[in-house]
Amino acid sequence: MLRTTSVDLVSAQEPTKRVPVGRRVFLGVTGLAALGVAFGGSIQNFLGNAFGSGLGGLLPGGDRFRIYSITGEYPKIKDSDYRLKVSGLVHHPKTFTLDDLKAMPVTSFTKTFQCVTGWRVPDVAWEGVLLSDIMDAVGIRDEAVALTFESYDRSDTESLTIDQARLSDVIVAYRMLGAPVTTEHGGPVRLYVAPMFGYKSLKWLSAIRVVDRVQPGFWEQNGYPVNGWLDGTTGPTNPDPSLT
Amino acid sequence: MTVTQTTTHHVVRVMRFDRVQRAAHWANAALFGALMFTAIPLYFGSFFGVVLPRHLIEQIHLWCGLALPIPIIVSLLGPWGRGMRRDVRRVNAWTRQEIRWLQTRGRSPLEADKFNPGQKLNAIFIGAVILIMLVTGSMLQWFRFFSVSLRQGATFVHDAFAFAIFAVVIGHITMAITHRDALRSIFKGWVSEQWAAVHASRWLKETRDGDGSPDAR
Ligand code: HEM
Repeated sequence: MLRTTSVDLVSAQEPTKRVPVGRRVFLGVTGLAALGVAFGGSIQNFLGNAFGSGLGGLLPGGDRFRIYSITGEYPKIKDSDYRLKVSGLVHHPKTFTLDDLKAMPVTSFTKTFQCVTGWRVPDVAWEGVLLSDIMDAVGIRDEAVALTFESYDRSDTESLTIDQARLSDVIVAYRMLGAPVTTEHGGPVRLYVAPMFGYKSLKWLSAIRVVDRVQPGFWEQNGYPVNGWLDGTTGPTNPDPSLT
Repeated sequence: MTVTQTTTHHVVRVMRFDRVQRAAHWANAALFGALMFTAIPLYFGSFFGVVLPRHLIEQIHLWCGLALPIPIIVSLLGPWGRGMRRDVRRVNAWTRQEIRWLQTRGRSPLEADKFNPGQKLNAIFIGAVILIMLVTGSMLQWFRFFSVSLRQGATFVHDAFAFAIFAVVIGHITMAITHRDALRSIFKGWVSEQWAAVHASRWLKETRDGDGSPDAR
């Protein structure tokens, strides 16, 4: 049986005063972490804006692409083998080669890639064809409501309403970061939906089907919002209120 | 006499860690190991898929993460947790001498406790990062409840502390394998009395005095 507790022992038998360093360091470190959660995003944004992605990229977690793949594999597609099949509620179903896409009017801009899990990469150069131009090339029918996208990985799918797909910063991209889109980033051709979280920008784009209702894609079936707006709300939303 | 002291080959053994403490240490170490191992492909991306599909790595990381506080909590809270609780108090309470020892990087005199100030710092750090990684990891997992700015902050902190954890754990393991006597005590529970006299003199004096702080079981 204990005769004294060790706290008594500390005060009674040891004249030297004890300092609760453990508690202080613990609270100090967790407090620092709490500040990091509260302001880490702003610090990263500030540094990124002030010094460009070079310095921001040095911070842990900052300005670095995380490469995600649903299947754990990267579909390798030769440029010459690449095909984008556009079908569904269209007047002229068409299969585009990479050269077909490159022959269309070029749209390019520099925009941030923002992942839903928090990381972002500012100032990414994008180049490709407006989704709007592709829709015009095949002629969508009146009853069309949404687009469904498929990937060469045979797992990922995505969706956009026609209104969303018509936005001027939604493209089928074949260049990114000043070079052809790499396999890791979803090359040779991927979607880039600038005003939405990264999961909407499907990689290894293989097919677009024009459909009469929104079909939630892979990530949406796994809990992400169907309307992946970066700011949560704005922009043309989904007509079906059950799909937010 | 509550202190187990057995004489074998002229080595007097002093119990340093009871079974519960050793089990808690190794369960915690295993979870840290699994988390750090799975963290590498999560962070660098390009390695996954070579060994395991990413979602599997994510699941392992998540479940080990959620299990991370269990060894500490279970070992502290049960009736079996007296040794653990006493050591938490030791790790918390520092003498001025210990603070000075740390400030002078070990150049001032020290009548060492069961743990030296460096070991105490390691324990405090591990306690703090378990909480921090659990909270930020849960924010990464259940991101829908948090604003983008908070998610970004959580990713930032989860990553920053992951770096710190790698540094501290590598340091901890280096110290462990270069200090064989202390290392033995986390496997077998005991240290030699000679070792304790040099490296944990204050603690040895306390246990020897039979002052009611039995470290043995
Ligand atoms: C030893 C402790 C841990 C270390 C070293 C660690 C490290 C990491 C690293 C480096 C990443 C990659 C993040 C990135 O890509 O920027 C990550 C992701 C993650 N961690 Fe941890 N972590 C630890 C503990 C935890 C705990 C306790 C949880 C609890 C829930 C957790 C949950 C997660 C989640 C959900 C992710 C996101 C996975 C994804 O990319 O989908 N981690 N962790």
